[in-house]
Amino acid sequence: MSVETGTDPTTDPTAVNAETATATSASNDGATPSSVTMTKALNQALRDSLADDDTVLVFGEDVGRLGGVFRVTEGLRAEFGSNRVWDSPLAESGIIGTAIGMAMNGMRPVVEMQFDAYAYPAFEQIVSHVAKMRNRTKGRVSLPITIRIPYAGDIGGVEHHSDSSEVYWTSTPGLTVVTPSNPADAYSLLRESIASDDPVVFMEPKSRYWMKETLSLPVTTAPMNRAQVIREGTDVTLLAYGPTVRTALETAEAGAEHGLSIEVIDLRTLSPFDDETVSASVRKTSRAAIIHEAAQFGGYGAEVAARLTERNFTFLSAPILRVTGFDVPYPSPKLEEFYLPTVERVLDALESWDWEL
Amino acid sequence: MTIDVPTTGRSLPQLQPISFIGADGRLTDTPTEGLRIPSDATLTGLYRQMVLVRRFEAQVTHLTRQGRLATYPSAAGQEAAEVGATTALAPNDWLFPTYRDSAALLTRGVPVAEILAAFRGDWHCGFDPHEYHTSPAATPLATQTLHATGFAMAAKLKGEDAATLTFLGDGASSEGDTHEAFNFASVWQTPTVFVLQNNQYAISTPLREQTNATMLADRAAGYGMPGLRVDGNDVAAVFAAVSAALERGRNGDGPTLIECLTYRMESHTNSDDPTKYRDTEEVEHWKQFDPIDRLEKYLRQTGALDDARVAEVAEAAEALAASVRDAMNAEAEIDPRELFAHVYASPRTALTEQRQVLEAELAAAGHA
Ligand SMILES: Cc1ncc(C[n+]2csc(CCOP(=O)(O)OP(=O)(O)O)c2C)c(N)n1
Repeated sequence: MSVETGTDPTTDPTAVNAETATATSASNDGATPSSVTMTKALNQALRDSLADDDTVLVFGEDVGRLGGVFRVTEGLRAEFGSNRVWDSPLAESGIIGTAIGMAMNGMRPVVEMQFDAYAYPAFEQIVSHVAKMRNRTKGRVSLPITIRIPYAGDIGGVEHHSDSSEVYWTSTPGLTVVTPSNPADAYSLLRESIASDDPVVFMEPKSRYWMKETLSLPVTTAPMNRAQVIREGTDVTLLAYGPTVRTALETAEAGAEHGLSIEVIDLRTLSPFDDETVSASVRKTSRAAIIHEAAQFGGYGAEVAARLTERNFTFLSAPILRVTGFDVPYPSPKLEEFYLPTVERVLDALESWDWEL
Repeated sequence: MTIDVPTTGRSLPQLQPISFIGADGRLTDTPTEGLRIPSDATLTGLYRQMVLVRRFEAQVTHLTRQGRLATYPSAAGQEAAEVGATTALAPNDWLFPTYRDSAALLTRGVPVAEILAAFRGDWHCGFDPHEYHTSPAATPLATQTLHATGFAMAAKLKGEDAATLTFLGDGASSEGDTHEAFNFASVWQTPTVFVLQNNQYAISTPLREQTNATMLADRAAGYGMPGLRVDGNDVAAVFAAVSAALERGRNGDGPTLIECLTYRMESHTNSDDPTKYRDTEEVEHWKQFDPIDRLEKYLRQTGALDDARVAEVAEAAEALAASVRDAMNAEAEIDPRELFAHVYASPRTALTEQRQVLEAELAAAGHA
């Protein structure tokens, strides 16, 4: 299996590293490997889920004829018919609210929110009902709904098209929050999310949609509630997920040139958090930083830093750092390069530690 | 340029609410849109259930004042809408109620202790939705209208012979989800009946500050579905209209909106003071349209009810009230460990750890 990032794989350090990352855990049925984008992997996961289980339904804005604005659902309506895959009216609360009723009546809806910020009209249905129905009914009603949300920036999108909304979902008990960073995981994690009896918010990093990987589908990677060490190192642990996994790997490459041995963990699932894998790494390296695109204050990194400190304080040589977006609304396309956490910013952060401690 | 204008399928509800039995207990001369008055046998059953419901509401309100329940939104005065609509459901149909619809749950056969679990504070939903084909009562306004639509959509896709009915209030009709549900249901032609209980107030906000529309049933036309305005205190009219709408849905003809004109006789919940937003004259005025009185008058005229039968029903109501008291006076068994039991289908390490914290605290406090 090899990974390309679309334009020029030779200059992209992610390519080499992501290869070792997925090769260890991936398995497949021996079909001929081919170049697969994340979009294609997601599309195949939906196709295979629809084929395997009659109760799986795919609906949302423009997911039928057009195949979704990112073409993740392309061809599915033609293949499975408009009773399984269809264009819903334009209303996010309506999409989630009706998915709830369908799930109560034995279906497994997989719905798409067109962009991260356009899930906000459905916030109430997700937080007040999707997340709580099992608990409210003492386990008598489960809602096996998968909510696909393309998220995060770095695609030159205008306002409301680049938000990182993960923390709204991760701080809601009852939800599982998953985010793949590569095509193989995208396939495997989406299959697992759809099969799950718990509702899953499945966050797709938009900037990675076009990332290519040579693999054969179907593929089964690590289970969805496990984080993965995707590059070994001894000096510091970098934690990343979705779009920033690439940044972390690039940082590790750059760090290696300065003699710094950086371990990289792809969290893959944000909730539940895999304390075990991450703590083991942090105990080994004694230093950790988390990278995310979302704003810092009260962000996901705050939770990670707190729980790692609670569990590993005596093993730590330095405070856990957060390298994140600024505490400002996601900026316009021409400003996003100043906002997004870059390799340089991560390296600067690592340098800020007192390495003599 | 000529534009093809479709002219079919558009009609507005009649202004005069559909009603069979007037406040005086006599048949009205209101047009009833082709609906037929239910049989005396059906009406006698509806009478009995309304009496039970009223006694239930009174008893629960009383127990709430005594502090046995944390809060209670009573539907006293709205018995005809609650009972008439719910009775029209077939066992396989699903009901999607709100916080105000305990009377509907009672009519659906949910045991009183299970209905009241939420208000007593035992658990959010005390009954098994699958057993009673009834969704947990929704508290975030109008959200349940979408659940009813989605459930009906799944029924339609599966070819099930089931319809859904959901209650919403006049206040809830201003929420965005109501619009989304009306639209989804009509576009998808789901077998869904929206029963809008226009009880004139949303907590303290009167209807005229809730909407500038002539009537809420008019909205249906904008979604391409039929809308009916019904005298919500006439159980015969509610039952007939909802039965017809359910039938329509089951025949594949899509959703219906039914606005029931009614009045909430009690406060919104035990915690508000209705004298701040309405006067006694208004309440007295609505008393004339009492749903139980008028049906009793009517059924006495037809001979379907007599003193003996009325007394028998009153006795059953007292027995129900006693069972409510017993249920609420008995201390519910609560296991704090259950806090962690139903959050996820699959086990979660963090929850297991937090459960251990609680268990240690319980053990230290000498709990079993
Ligand atoms: C989304 C939402 N906003 C506010 C509330 C608080 N609230 C509870 S009941 C109510 C009034 C609802 O009025 P109406 O829909 O007319 O129903 P009624 O209580 O009269 O039966 C309000 C504002 C709520 N439950 N949900």
